[in-house]
Amino acid sequence: MNRVLYTRTMKTLMVASVGLTCALLIFMIVYVMFKGAQNISWQLISTKPSYLSGTIGILPDILNTIYIILATLIVELPLGVGAAVYLTEYAQNKKMVKVIEYAAETLSGIPSIIYGLVGMLFFVQFLNFQTSLFAGAMTLVIMNLPTVMRTTEESLKTVPQSYREGAFGLGAGKWRVIRTVVLPSCIDGVITGCILSVGRIIGESAALLFTAGFAHALHGVFDGLASSGATLSVALYVYAKEQGEFGVAFAIAAILMLLALIINLSAGLVSGYYKKKRSL
Amino acid sequence: MTGSNNLKENIIYGIFLVLGLITVGFVLLISIYLIIAGLPAIREIGLIDFLFGTKWASTAAEPKFGILPFILTSVYGTAGAVIIAIPVGFFTAVYISKIAPKWVRTWVSGAVNLLAGIPSVVYGLVGMMVLIPGIRVVFNVPDGATLLAAIIVLSIMILPYIISVSVTSLDAVPKSYEDASLALGANHIETFFRVSVPAAKSGIAAAVVLGVGRAIGEAMAVIMVSGNVANMPGIFESVRFLTSAVASEMSYSSGLQREALFSIALVLFLFIMLINACLNFFIKRGQKLH
Repeated sequence: MNRVLYTRTMKTLMVASVGLTCALLIFMIVYVMFKGAQNISWQLISTKPSYLSGTIGILPDILNTIYIILATLIVELPLGVGAAVYLTEYAQNKKMVKVIEYAAETLSGIPSIIYGLVGMLFFVQFLNFQTSLFAGAMTLVIMNLPTVMRTTEESLKTVPQSYREGAFGLGAGKWRVIRTVVLPSCIDGVITGCILSVGRIIGESAALLFTAGFAHALHGVFDGLASSGATLSVALYVYAKEQGEFGVAFAIAAILMLLALIINLSAGLVSGYYKKKRSL
Repeated sequence: MTGSNNLKENIIYGIFLVLGLITVGFVLLISIYLIIAGLPAIREIGLIDFLFGTKWASTAAEPKFGILPFILTSVYGTAGAVIIAIPVGFFTAVYISKIAPKWVRTWVSGAVNLLAGIPSVVYGLVGMMVLIPGIRVVFNVPDGATLLAAIIVLSIMILPYIISVSVTSLDAVPKSYEDASLALGANHIETFFRVSVPAAKSGIAAAVVLGVGRAIGEAMAVIMVSGNVANMPGIFESVRFLTSAVASEMSYSSGLQREALFSIALVLFLFIMLINACLNFFIKRGQKLH
């Protein structure tokens, strides 16, 4: 009897927990999408805020988000891939590998507000980048480096040792082997790392408040990177918390939610595609 | 020919070595900057007054810089969030790892990943619009922006981390343990909870510690729902966390106030380092067991 009761209780608790988890997600999606759909309009996403007409537009924030993603990825990819190549192809010293991996773990555990603070001290003040999208992007590079490093490292580990040996046997030097054999086969890790980074960049706000600022001016790429600007997440915070514009905030939230959904699906698709390709 | 080749290989090796060490460099950069920026204010205010002072009035005529309210709020808020998230996360993880049919597993893990992917400001916004009025009505308090609202938001935000790390460690339990238990006459549920879970306990502990780290470091969502007033923590009190203390005053701070904010960040950083050390301990122990 006791065993039956125990089994039933545990089963109920499990079903209830799974139900709660899924209900939370469904509520978040439905609530945000519903509220967002009421407030989103073409005018909102295609203009900049105007004091003259008293309208709010989020086009500058959308562009800022794109600029900051581009700048972050361009700097972060070579660094992350290079670090991963060093770890898997060059590093002989086990202690050194441990230290590097420990450092990467530490980086991924540091809260984004601390990145924001150090980014402000180092990039904005010490290197004198001013409060700009570029300073924000550099801060995000440090934050996301462990992600790209880890995904690339994982895909490098799956490259069969025989490929490398074959290339060495044909007389290729180390660099040539890396360039022609190793790097081409870690493309899935790089792509996964990119997608995950983009997801984190889009969602980031605390690290950007004091590095990229929260202006809403319309700029081209290079002007934009050199000047202060809010990404979508930062704009959501500013509109909701500082200005009480909840309609705009919900419209942005719906866009962010949609992007999170797309990023999640594409990360799954990419890893699924490459897994299938490998097993063939 | 070989000479120039060797030189080229050495240069390339050097480049990769530098890239490899870059993460170490970043960690050092962050630590050194925080220590340099954070120590002066602590020295000026005095360590004891700073850490255990109960009053924070940074812009008053006679400013007070005691951060005990922030420390306690962060500790209580994190503890509350973890207490709510552990049972839900634990049971969900066991279900996903051991019981769910494949298609259910795919969907539920997808849902968990998506929960982790929602930006913290979106959680903050929903908390502002749903939780704050909700708490005001249900508990009949004048302002719903309280520690309770922050705890609920944090618990939802750390749930996916607790679930996915626990699932990984439950998946790693050798099938032979479970088979042995089943062969001795235990049913599936008993086997999962009395054999698999104890075998995966290091991983589950790591999941909890990871959740603690996430909760204590979250800034934007809590700043939006916790009321952001430097009170000593109480469940229906408007409070300020270590993170939100830094975020809310940084933009207009100057002088000693600004330096004190850096010191708060340093305290937060030390907390995170401690948590990281715990995390590593549990992960190492988990690896040793299997």
